[in-house]
Amino acid sequence: MPPLLSHPLALRFVSFGAVLALWEYAGRAGVNAVFPSVSETALAWIALAADGSLGKALAVTLTPLVIGVVVSALAGIGIGLLMGLSRRAEWLGVPFFIVLQAAPLAAIIPMLILAYGIGLATKVAVVCVMAVPVIVLNSYKAVRHTPGSLLEMGQSFLATRPQMIAKVMLPSASPVIFAGLRLGVAAGFIGAILAELLISPTGIGDLITYHQSVADYPRMYAAIVTIIVMSLVFLEVLGKIEVSVFRPEKRASP
Amino acid sequence: MSTIASLTASPPIADRRAEPSTAVAVRAVSKAYPGVEALREVSLDCPAGRLTTLLGPSGCGKTTLLKIIAGLIKADAGTVEVLGRTVCGPGPERAFVFQDFALLPWANVVRNVAFGLELRDVPKSEREAVAAHYIAEVGLKGFETKYPHELSGGMRQRVGLARALAVKADVLLMDEPFSAVDEQTRRKFQEDLLRLVAQERKTFLFVTHSIEEAVYLSDRIVLLSRRPGRIWKVIEPDLPRTLSPDQIRREPVYLDTVEAIWQNLRQYVE
Repeated sequence: MPPLLSHPLALRFVSFGAVLALWEYAGRAGVNAVFPSVSETALAWIALAADGSLGKALAVTLTPLVIGVVVSALAGIGIGLLMGLSRRAEWLGVPFFIVLQAAPLAAIIPMLILAYGIGLATKVAVVCVMAVPVIVLNSYKAVRHTPGSLLEMGQSFLATRPQMIAKVMLPSASPVIFAGLRLGVAAGFIGAILAELLISPTGIGDLITYHQSVADYPRMYAAIVTIIVMSLVFLEVLGKIEVSVFRPEKRASP
Repeated sequence: MSTIASLTASPPIADRRAEPSTAVAVRAVSKAYPGVEALREVSLDCPAGRLTTLLGPSGCGKTTLLKIIAGLIKADAGTVEVLGRTVCGPGPERAFVFQDFALLPWANVVRNVAFGLELRDVPKSEREAVAAHYIAEVGLKGFETKYPHELSGGMRQRVGLARALAVKADVLLMDEPFSAVDEQTRRKFQEDLLRLVAQERKTFLFVTHSIEEAVYLSDRIVLLSRRPGRIWKVIEPDLPRTLSPDQIRREPVYLDTVEAIWQNLRQYVE
């Protein structure tokens, strides 16, 4: 491989570039009347950003999303830890969260609307229902799989129970917990958009449905791309937090 | 703390040959796992300030016995006394060196070495000073900020040893510490360990399956029989410790003891 391409960032740019070029080509070739090219979408995105509607929509969408993700992360890691530490909590929780993970959650959205109406509460609930199971199950498995020799080491050097959890189990579990968080955040994004499409059209969901209904496809695509990029940014930030807070050895050069 | 002070105050080499008191006393310890009898009525004494080795074929329960002494495993019957107190769990007078090192991969060398003190809420500056001392003592000066994955196997075990020394326990329990280390590193490590035994005035209890290692390092070798593990023979090789490591390895006493143990053990192999 040429040295320029061996850098991981370079590889990412090439991959993105290829996809964008293909998209541009497909758009110009006129594959479908409702399929705009990259350049049309980019122009529409600039127009949406300039008139402020994109910013406003993003703020509206991110509110239930951020609340939901934070609540899911805290509750999910907490419940997962409890299930990892106590056999009884494991016995109680595992079947429940496995069912939740397997269930097509979009189907229970009407139920949530009946319970909480069509406001913010329901949207937060949808995000949580999507994000919590995977976070719980990953945290639980991660804690359960703390290496036995590290536990014995903590024990023989007289760690108290809270010290064992905070200084051995949590850092040891953090990579898998964070893998769960990444999946949870991605699921949360799906939940947030699903809520806006199915419950009441607001924010990015509103931009998507509105521009679809008036056949302004470049703007519709601009809204979709925005939410995808937002999701990537979230995941990137999460990765940075993990490495800087929990796993400093991944930052050190080998 | 007072015991350590009095131990370090005593003269270094001469005292090692004086008749010592018993640091670890194992009395009729038995242990069975479902379907396997690991230890049957094992009794032994480890003299204070000396290095005692548990040697035996694999699966003879040496590691189980060591972990019972460490308080990590409960015995089914019998008692263990360390420095006159009955063991009912891990304690500050004992420190363990693990076969697989058991280092925290997310912590650098200083934090790993100071981890035992961190768990005892020793202030950061104080515990890092202690850690720095023992890091130098095991020959890892300059590697303080490295992470375990950046170190070789031998260096990782030096970190494990420094961590055990840093908590200033009187008894060091070492579970096959050199088995995951290559041969050249292992020899150097053994020589360093002998220097530490003479210098630190601690009681070492060492598990190994290497006859040469046992004879080279030990003041007392406890041979265990195959499962269920029982004490089978206690040998005290009287090596002239004033000689250089290479001379010791060529001493008739050393070679004869290795041969005698091999003759004893070979029946289990054939």
